[in-house]
Amino acid sequence: MTRHRGRGIASVNYPIGMNLGGDPSQALVHSNPSGKFTVALSSIDLGQGMKSVTRQICAETLGVPVEDVYVDTADSDTGPHCMGSFASRGTHRVGNAVMAAAREARGVMMEAAAEELEVNAADLETDGRGNIHVRGAPHRSISTKDVAIAAQFKQGKTISGRGIFLVPLSDVDPETGEMSPATCYAHACLVAEVEVDDETGEVAMIRMDSAYELGRALNPRLVEQQLVGGAWMGVSHALYETPEPYYPEPVHGPRDFVEYLMPGPGDICPHDIAVLERPAPDGPFGAKGPGEMCANPVLPAVANAIFNAVGVRIDDLPITPEKVLRAIKAQGGARPQPRR
Amino acid sequence: MAKTALQFQHNGRDVAIFVDGGTNLLVALRELIGDMTPKFGCGQGGCGTCSVLIDGEIHLSCLTLAETVAGRSVETLDGIKDGPNLHPLQRAFADNFAAQCGYCTPGMLTAAKALLDRNPQPSRAEVVEAISGNICRCTGYEPIINAVLAAASGGRARA
Repeated sequence: MTRHRGRGIASVNYPIGMNLGGDPSQALVHSNPSGKFTVALSSIDLGQGMKSVTRQICAETLGVPVEDVYVDTADSDTGPHCMGSFASRGTHRVGNAVMAAAREARGVMMEAAAEELEVNAADLETDGRGNIHVRGAPHRSISTKDVAIAAQFKQGKTISGRGIFLVPLSDVDPETGEMSPATCYAHACLVAEVEVDDETGEVAMIRMDSAYELGRALNPRLVEQQLVGGAWMGVSHALYETPEPYYPEPVHGPRDFVEYLMPGPGDICPHDIAVLERPAPDGPFGAKGPGEMCANPVLPAVANAIFNAVGVRIDDLPITPEKVLRAIKAQGGARPQPRR
Repeated sequence: MAKTALQFQHNGRDVAIFVDGGTNLLVALRELIGDMTPKFGCGQGGCGTCSVLIDGEIHLSCLTLAETVAGRSVETLDGIKDGPNLHPLQRAFADNFAAQCGYCTPGMLTAAKALLDRNPQPSRAEVVEAISGNICRCTGYEPIINAVLAAASGGRARA
């Protein structure tokens, strides 16, 4: 029995969002008389941080503290429309919609403040701490709370804004098949190192090194959590998870976590991640989105690493010990490739 | 079938309920006591999210007959915090981004508490072992392992 080390590399060019139906999402922003703002969305946060990142985008655009913004994703029956939380589209699509809504609400807020301070709205600026003052004259100031109260009870204005992000539909050229499925792309490259046991066919992850280019990381800790967790999911898809044998027919398929395998905390490996920020021109504050791309490069990198280790090319996922062992036997033994 | 009277301690408080024969502890806690912190994941002991402490020892409540806890002490995540103050493990989970969707979190915290209660300074390997009966779909485990180690070393710093 020998354990063979191998290294594999893979790169991805990943479209953010999709083209279908223009891929729209809407957002509504309004203030309460307390001077706090609510963002209404139907974009559901599954734990990736949609609420955190749209809260940041709204606060930054309005020019108010992040603590003054509440994101409500309560109900897709009553909220503004969203295509959904998938396709790595949340930060980019929903973020753009929130930004547009917040920009419109900010316009109303500045007009209301101008009326109270008896100045031109164009001469006003926000300090990001809950105050609006005349540019160059910070003492001519009013709090966003007092502006909200004045708008509600005196001026009869709603400090509110509407936002939508819609990509122009790209038709397919009937001659060439050419189309533009996305407006921006994120990129990633990952190196996987594995150890393959040529007697059992088992593959152990040794380490991963990756670089992800995802526009501007609006919340670096959330991005990191996505990349760490997403890469694990990639390993899981590469080596463990399958609804086989008769997918999509569930007969004889896995029924529980004993039959549907996933790597546990003892199966993970060190993962060194570099985040490259190259702001997208059409992203909210330059953001694209990590999303699905976290998992994508892992699968081909692991398959390549297995080839590098024992010389067998498995193109059917997941790469189970049985498949590796059968392939090694079929070629008459492990054939380690030159070390990469 | 007649119901059975059952008394036990739930997070330090005496409770008395009537259960049908065969009722498991998870159902008793959620439906009869109203403690929603233990989650139903797989119902067959494969995922760990229903974990509770019985007399300080970790158990899968979905596989525990409710009647077996008569007279014993059952601790759930509901009792882990001290009023408005988070338990050091909860704080460490938040600081280390150790939760995303949150469905595994009650079981992870319970497993971590069971570990730190008997071994306040665990090694990384001991943390991995302690949470190995719990499945997490989102985090890749690394932030959870780091959070438990941080809570352990935080305790040492205070001592």
